[in-house]
Amino acid sequence: MAASEEASRPFAGLSDVSISEDIPVEGDISVPVGPSRRDDEFSTLDEPVKDTIMRDLRAVGNKFIHVLYPKRSSALLRDWDLWGPLLLCVTLALLLQGGAADHEDQGGPQFAEVFVIVWFGSIIITLNSKLLGGTISFFQSLCVLGYCIMPLTVAMVVCRIVLVISSGRVVFAVRLAVVTASFGWSTFASTAFLADSQPPNRKALVVYPVFLFYFVIAWMILTYSPQQ
Amino acid sequence: MASPNNLQFQEFEEAAELLSADPGASTLSMSGSNTPNTTASAGEDVKLDVSEDEEGQQESSELLGGQKPSGGFWTFEYYQSFFDVDTMQVLDRVKGSVMPQPGRNFIKYYLRSNPDLYGPFWICVTLVFSVVISGNLSTFLAEQKNPTFHYRPQFHRVTIAAVVIFMYAWLVPIGLWGFLTWRQGAERQIGGYSFLETVCVYGYSLFIYIPTSILWIIPYDWLHWTLILIAMAISGSVLVLTFWPVVRDDTKVTAVATVVTIVVLHTLLAVGCKLYFFHAETSPPTALPTTSTLHNHTTLAIKTD
Repeated sequence: MAASEEASRPFAGLSDVSISEDIPVEGDISVPVGPSRRDDEFSTLDEPVKDTIMRDLRAVGNKFIHVLYPKRSSALLRDWDLWGPLLLCVTLALLLQGGAADHEDQGGPQFAEVFVIVWFGSIIITLNSKLLGGTISFFQSLCVLGYCIMPLTVAMVVCRIVLVISSGRVVFAVRLAVVTASFGWSTFASTAFLADSQPPNRKALVVYPVFLFYFVIAWMILTYSPQQ
Repeated sequence: MASPNNLQFQEFEEAAELLSADPGASTLSMSGSNTPNTTASAGEDVKLDVSEDEEGQQESSELLGGQKPSGGFWTFEYYQSFFDVDTMQVLDRVKGSVMPQPGRNFIKYYLRSNPDLYGPFWICVTLVFSVVISGNLSTFLAEQKNPTFHYRPQFHRVTIAAVVIFMYAWLVPIGLWGFLTWRQGAERQIGGYSFLETVCVYGYSLFIYIPTSILWIIPYDWLHWTLILIAMAISGSVLVLTFWPVVRDDTKVTAVATVVTIVVLHTLLAVGCKLYFFHAETSPPTALPTTSTLHNHTTLAIKTD
């Protein structure tokens, strides 16, 4: 009794508050079973494995298409992933194997050398653009640089196919044209994505290392000479 | 009214220079702009900035010659202060390294207490690849008339060139800076250059070798040596013009010995690169003992007999 009186005193000032009839004051006091319902929306534990793999593959394929038709879109930057660059780097390194080498170290780049050049080159270019004041994040930049190797990988496939046929001067001219075109395409695609994130008076300072990077990769592809 | 305002204005100029050298300072609202307009509008804030940074300036002026980094060496902003250059500044410095003029000290005229690491690093990387690629092309062109020649990419040369050039561009400035600092003892403010400025001038002085190495593709021996002489003259004079004013206060023997060492090391780099990577028509290859190259020699010897 005394407790209820004491309890009612804090609310004493509210005794003259009234709520009009036409404002509906009703609701459900029971707490909804929240966690499990939210989990059903975001949890991917229960879906079949095929769905999981297809989702990632679709994301990777989507980015490949973005590289093929480069336009300034933020989709590539927002949802970065490194599956595509890894796939491209491994493919390129494998295709560059088996070059002419009767002396151990006279041949083309080894698998590890290609890997080191691609990944450390991308990391250094990313660090360079961040140090110069760029606003792009580290992994986004790695993602863009890795995906834009795709035209060069396609050029490598074309070169190897053409080299199976013959290896004369005409074939060399064809390879040169294909590699040059894909090098220009790669550089153009990556600058289309990266250029916006730089302050305007330093754009050339950021674009030049990208140009050098793809030039070195194009050189490795062009000088691939098959074993005879 | 005249004298306090004059003193104030001088303070503002120095601070304005400092501020334009480091636009990342918190007082500027525009990011990345180095135009002098901003210094006028930021006049009041500039004064505050100078007083805040005095302690940091004294600690770090030893290594950086007056440039104030923001933060310790474990923060990202510390390294960002080494890349505080615009495109036009880098191009100006490259131009200054290619066309040295007797009155102009590279460090005082072009760097102006804003040394950067962008130029030295990317010039070294470009030089590594240009030397290797041009050497490869030059070998290919020189062996064109040889029917048994089989083209090889010789990719291992990238590693060798990278090690040699980066060691030259970093170890020699460390040694030179240490030596000059030791010789001057406590009088550093009078003539010495900071470590970063030394690295910077060495890096930019290597730029002339990039077009030289590209021109070395043309496989004539006399052309190679002419180009080496021109490149060494230009590059060596940039270094000598930079370091002579610092060294000439020392004893005659030390001064001359220092300058001669600088020039000799530079010469060794140029000649070493030329001999290892580039083989002209008339000179026999010195460093690649492959069976096919030896075969080429025997066929050439047979032909000349």
